[in-house]
Amino acid sequence: MTDTPEAQSEDATEEAEASIPEPEMLGCPMTESRGQIVLHVARDRYVEVAKQLADEGYAMCVDLTAVDYLKHMDRELPTSVIGERFEIVVNLLDITHSRRIRLRTQVPEADATIATLFDLYPGTEAMEREVFDMFGISFEGHPDPSRILMPEDWNGYPLRKDFQVGTIPVQFKGAAS
Amino acid sequence: MTMIADEGAQELRPRSELTARELLREVGSVLRLSEAEAAKLGDLPEDPDEDQTMIINMGPSHPSTHGVLRLMLELQGETVLRCKPIIGYLHTGMEKTGEQLTFMQGGTNVTRMDYASPLNNELVFSMATEKLLGIDGDIPERAQWMRMLLSELNRMSSHLLFMATNGMDLGAVSMMIYGWREREEVLRFFQKVTGLRMNHNFVRPGGLAADLPPGWRDDVLRILDLLPERLEEYDILMTGQPIWRERLQGVGVITPNEALALGATGPILRSTGVEWDLRRHDPYLRYDEVEFDIIVGSYGDAFDRYAIRLNEIRESMRIVRQILDRMPEGDYRIQDKKVTPPPRARIDESMEALIHHFKIFTEGFKVPEGEVYVAIESPRGEIGCYIASDGSPTPYRMHVRAPSFVNIQCLPHMMRGGLVADAVAVISSVDPVLGEVDR
Repeated sequence: MTDTPEAQSEDATEEAEASIPEPEMLGCPMTESRGQIVLHVARDRYVEVAKQLADEGYAMCVDLTAVDYLKHMDRELPTSVIGERFEIVVNLLDITHSRRIRLRTQVPEADATIATLFDLYPGTEAMEREVFDMFGISFEGHPDPSRILMPEDWNGYPLRKDFQVGTIPVQFKGAAS
Repeated sequence: MTMIADEGAQELRPRSELTARELLREVGSVLRLSEAEAAKLGDLPEDPDEDQTMIINMGPSHPSTHGVLRLMLELQGETVLRCKPIIGYLHTGMEKTGEQLTFMQGGTNVTRMDYASPLNNELVFSMATEKLLGIDGDIPERAQWMRMLLSELNRMSSHLLFMATNGMDLGAVSMMIYGWREREEVLRFFQKVTGLRMNHNFVRPGGLAADLPPGWRDDVLRILDLLPERLEEYDILMTGQPIWRERLQGVGVITPNEALALGATGPILRSTGVEWDLRRHDPYLRYDEVEFDIIVGSYGDAFDRYAIRLNEIRESMRIVRQILDRMPEGDYRIQDKKVTPPPRARIDESMEALIHHFKIFTEGFKVPEGEVYVAIESPRGEIGCYIASDGSPTPYRMHVRAPSFVNIQCLPHMMRGGLVADAVAVISSVDPVLGEVDR
């Protein structure tokens, strides 16, 4: 079977697609999710990128949360990003230009720590405590790294996918066990 | 098996046990100062003697804490030096529950978070689901306007509830009765439309659960005719009254920079003079087609927040009048077989419709892989919904950015240096709903 001109041109476009570099912003791979801009930030550049964005006008950190991808490790990510179990998701808002951006940072299970954004956005204080409480990801440099919603002597992290629901006895704070 | 997790105490602890950073946070310093700026301020005031201060506990079941909010306050005489809100008493793991429920059932869960504005919660969840499905551009016009009608009426009922509780907290007890009375008028309309006073599960992915009932226009008009004179009564009872002003003016002041740094949204941010309302600046539904004003304050105090909410009721009424004029005819939900169950009448005559109906309610519909964050303006500020889907009929992760949860961080800042008696006024002016704080 000889190559038809059509097949050749298809090969050519495929090659061209492969050679186009991934879109980037501030040195991080940038993707779009349903029309929303997402930056995939490496963990060691997390605070640095957030600081650059804050200087660009993203003055408010509206939301900080995490996702445990234990049961969905094959999710779609840019080729240069290696998926880890946890992902920190930060939504920033620029009220002067009315635009939003989302940062996604991979956090491995073996070393579930990330730097705090508290110095940049003091409003993340409660949100980071919530992520710690629910996922067990600790934030280095956070001023008050205690649990926020669960009792302080609770065992386990409820929003992790391997947290057993309904099979563990209910824990009451201070009760004799 | 028992392992004591040691992540530190949640309570307010004596100053001697704290790090400098934690202390700064608890006294409510949030602004980022450069070293040069800090040097200009000179020496920080020294810590008071520990025998001059007292740490007291307020709540979790205190009549003015709007639920089960617990505050620990460090007092010197009557002055509040530090404050720490302790939350979690109402935590029921709703985000975890959200991972078990299908997108179809999810509304019943999220509607219970902010129980004073349930329709806004359902709306943001539905909008996030629709965005994931890629049908957010195909929602029929009538559904969009109906959603707007319900959302604005819900804003009114929520702010009327604030009027009631704010009055009660500050000793204007008759205001409590009035506020509940007017709110009941709105809830009666909701009951007629959705069947329930609260926790409606009426806004669903793809549209709404049902069309508006016959006579709905007259009911809305009755509320719109009744409220203006009642709001004027509130003005006479509270706005112009010297005691009321004394209690609120200059209490719980917050500056624009602090509000932005803390992530505060809604009336708290607007009270500082920042004009930011998602209905105007990031329009959703058909808010770009109606006329309304954004109410902003100038001092950032509790009185501004009261006045903003009172006038937002008036603006919402203005929007509702325009909705009444422009409500289009048509379908109240999208006719996409994937997300919409077949009409009731079809089920009796068609086996396929019955199977389809059964499948959609037992299995739900599959939502393509992806993640999305959608935010709308709830009466308390920006309510956001982050959903990550793995392609199954249940959300892989469903997170709600609750405005009260973030706004409550302003409390230490607003209370610092104020009087204990004003603490109640400050909590009230933040208007937290603890169901949403704890989720």
